[in-house]
Amino acid sequence: MRVAIPPNGRGPLERREARLAWSLLLPTITIVSLVVVLPLLAIFWISFKPIGLADLRPPAPVLRESLRGSGDEMRIEYRLRNSSQDTEITEVTIRDVWPESLIVTGDLPAGCTLDGRAFACDLGTLEPGYNERLRVPVMLADGAEEDAAEEAAEGSTPIVRGEAESILTNAEFTVENFARVFDGDAFWTVMWVTIFYTVFGTVGALLFGLFAAMLLNKSFRGQGILRGLYLFPYVAPVIAVAFTWVNLFDPFSGSANALLLQMGVTSEAINFFGQRPLALIMVTVFEIWRYFPLSFLFILARMQSIDTDMYEAADMDGASPFQKFWYLSLPMLLGILSVLFLLRFIWTFNKFDDIFLLTGGNAGTRTLTVNVYEQAFAISNIGAGAAVAVVIFGCLLAFSFFFFRFISREEGL
Amino acid sequence: MRVLRFGYVTGPLIGALWLFILATTVSITLSFATGDAFRPALIISLIVGAASGVVAALAHDRKIRIAMIAAPVFMLTLIGLGPMVMESTATSESIAAVLLALVIGWSMVAIMEDVPMGPLTRHEMEEAWIRFLTGFGYIFFTAIVLIPFYVMVMTSLKSQSALLQNPLDFSLDLDKGWALFRSYHELFRDFNFGTYMWTSFYVSVLTVFITLAFSIPGAYAVARLRFRGQKAFSRSILLIYMVPMIVLALPIYIAFSVTGLRNTVLGIVMIYPVTTIPVALYMLQGYFRGLPPEVEEAGLMDGLNRLQVIWKITLPLALPALASVSLYVFMIAWNEFLLAFMLLDDPSKFTLTRGVAMLNSSEIPREHLMAGAVIATVPVMVLFLGLEKFMTKGLTAGSVKG
Repeated sequence: MRVAIPPNGRGPLERREARLAWSLLLPTITIVSLVVVLPLLAIFWISFKPIGLADLRPPAPVLRESLRGSGDEMRIEYRLRNSSQDTEITEVTIRDVWPESLIVTGDLPAGCTLDGRAFACDLGTLEPGYNERLRVPVMLADGAEEDAAEEAAEGSTPIVRGEAESILTNAEFTVENFARVFDGDAFWTVMWVTIFYTVFGTVGALLFGLFAAMLLNKSFRGQGILRGLYLFPYVAPVIAVAFTWVNLFDPFSGSANALLLQMGVTSEAINFFGQRPLALIMVTVFEIWRYFPLSFLFILARMQSIDTDMYEAADMDGASPFQKFWYLSLPMLLGILSVLFLLRFIWTFNKFDDIFLLTGGNAGTRTLTVNVYEQAFAISNIGAGAAVAVVIFGCLLAFSFFFFRFISREEGL
Repeated sequence: MRVLRFGYVTGPLIGALWLFILATTVSITLSFATGDAFRPALIISLIVGAASGVVAALAHDRKIRIAMIAAPVFMLTLIGLGPMVMESTATSESIAAVLLALVIGWSMVAIMEDVPMGPLTRHEMEEAWIRFLTGFGYIFFTAIVLIPFYVMVMTSLKSQSALLQNPLDFSLDLDKGWALFRSYHELFRDFNFGTYMWTSFYVSVLTVFITLAFSIPGAYAVARLRFRGQKAFSRSILLIYMVPMIVLALPIYIAFSVTGLRNTVLGIVMIYPVTTIPVALYMLQGYFRGLPPEVEEAGLMDGLNRLQVIWKITLPLALPALASVSLYVFMIAWNEFLLAFMLLDDPSKFTLTRGVAMLNSSEIPREHLMAGAVIATVPVMVLFLGLEKFMTKGLTAGSVKG
C-alpha cells in the first residue's frame, strides 16, 4: 500500500497564484522603485560628489549671432562663450544658414567652411571661461536692404553643440561633504535639536491625545461635533495653520502677546519664534498641537473597542475610577500607545514643513531635515545636503529595525 | 493624598482652581470678542473660588447652592473686586459678570455633586476630581483648537493697520457689508487664486485616481494572494512610508531640473501619487484582510477568475474603504506643500498651497495671507466635516489595527 505523503514543492495552482500576485504588484513596484529607490541611490551617489546648485545645468557653449556695422565694415559676428568657468567643452560645432542677401568678402575664421548658404564651424575644444567673437566680413548683395538682411541673418538660429563632462556623472568623488556635515559643534547642535523636538513632540502628542480620547470616550450630545473639532489641526493644510501661528505669536501685531501683556503675565512683548530656546519649545508645541488629533483618533478607536464587561467586574470589586484607568484601561492601551509612539517618533523625526514654515530653521530650531534644505538650497551645496540626507536615512534604518522587532509582536506583521 | 479625602479640603481646592480657570476663559473669550481689557485676578479668584467650593459641598438644595455661588460672584465682579478685572463698556462688563456667575454656579455644583462636607470615600473624591479635569479638558482643547482658526478667519477680514493698533480687537464693522471680504476679492482678482484653486483641485483628483489604480491591485495581492516574499513586501511598504520626503525631494529636484519637468503641472501629477501610494497600500491591505475570504472563494467556485472576483466582489465590498482612502489621499495632495514649493517657480502653475506661500512677503498685507490660508483650508474642511465618519473609520481601521 502506498503511503499518502504531502506534496512537496509548489503545486501548479500555487505557482499560478504567485504569478498573478507579481503581475498585480508589478506596476506598483516599478513606479515606487523609480521614484523612491532610485532617488535613494542617487542621494548616496550625490553625497560623495562636490556639487553645487549651479552645477545642475551641465556646462554648454552659448552662442549669439548678430549682424554688425554697415557698408564696407559690415560683418556677421558670433559671440561664443563657455558657460562654465572650470570645465572645458570638447567637440564644439556651429551650424547656421545664411541669407542670400549677404556675400562673404573676407576670410572665414579658422575651422569654418561655407558651402553655398550653409555655414559650419568645427572649433574643437573650448577652454574654461572661453569668451570670444568670431567675425566674418560680409557685404550686401545687389538690391538687398540692410534691415531685411539683418533680420534674415539673425532670424535663423545657429545650432551649437558641444560635449562636456557633467559633474553628476563623472568619476570625481570626495568625502568633503561628510566632513563638512560632521564638522565640530554644529552637527551636535543640530542633532540635539532634532532629538529634543522628536522626543518631546512625540510624547506630548501622545499624552494630549490620550487626555482628549478620555474626554470623548463617553456618549453625550455634541460628542460628534467635538470630535470633528479636535481633528481640525490635523486636517487643515500645514501652510495655513503655520502662518496663522506665526501671525498669532508675532511680537508686534500678535494677539497672543497682546493678551499676555494685558493680563500682566509679561511686561514686554515676547518674540516667540525668534529667540533661543523659546523658538524650539514653540516649534515643539506646534508639533504637539498639530498631531495630538492623530493619536487621539487611534486611542479613542482602541478605547471604544475595549470590552465593557471588564469594567463591570471591576465595579463589582469596588475599584475606583483611577484604579480602573491604571489597572484596566492603560494595560489595554499599551499596545496602541507603543505603536503610535514608534510611528510618531519616526514621522516627527522626518518632519520638515512645520519648522521650515515657522522659523525657517533659525533661532536654534535647525533639525536634520531642515539642515538638508539649508545646505542644499540656502548654501547651494547640493552635495552637503545629500550627505545630511544620508545621515537621516541611516537613523531611519536604525529606527525601523526597532520598529519591526517590536511591531511584529504587537501587530503580527 | 489622604488629606484630599475630606469634603472641606477637596471642595475649596477644586473651587479655587476651577474659578481661576473659568475667569481666565471668560477673560480671553471677551478679550477676543471685544478687544477690551479683561483679565483674571489670581488672588481673588482663588479665595472666592475656595469659598464657592465650600458652598457647593453644603447640604442645601441644588438651586439654592447655585444662587449662593452665583450671586456673590456677580456682585463682586460688577463692583470690581471679583475674580475678573475689566475695563470695557458697561454692557460687555455686565455680560461678562453674568456669564462668569452663571457658569461658575452651575458647574461648581455639578462638579461637587454628591460630595459631602465631611470624610469622603475614595470614589467620591476621585469622581469630583475627574469631573473637574473633564471640565478643564473640554475648555482647554476647545480653546487651543478654536483660537488659531478664529484668529485666521478674523484677521483675513480686518485691515492690517487696525490690527496693529489693537491686536486683540477682532470686532467686525458689519456696516461694510461685502467690503469685509475685500482681501478675498483681491486674491481672486489680482493673485490668480481661482486658477490655483482649480490646479490644486485637478491635481488632487488625478492623484486620487492614479493612487487607487496602483494601490488596489497591489494591496489585494499583498493581502490575499500567497507568494514568496509577501511578508518582506508588506514590510517594505511600511518602510517606504517612513522615508522622509525631504530626502527624496533633493534627487527629484535634480532629476526634474535635468529633464525639464520642473515647473510643470505634469511633473507634480507624476510625483504626488508616489507619496500617497504607500499610505493607500497600507490602508487598503488592512481593509482587504478584514473582508471574509469565503465570499471570494464562493465566487471562485462559481467560475469567476481572480480579476473578476476583485472587480465584482471585493471592490463593491470595499467601497467604504475606497471612499476613506480617496478622501485621505485627496487631503494629502491638497495640503502638500514641500514638493510644490521646491518644484514650482512659475506663478501661472502654482497649486493653492504654493500660492499661499507666495503671499508670505513683507510687501503683501497680513490679511491677504490669512485670506489665502482660509481659502486653502475651507474646501478640505468642508469635505472632511461632511464625510467625517468615513475619514475617521478609514484612518483607524486601515493604518493600525485596534
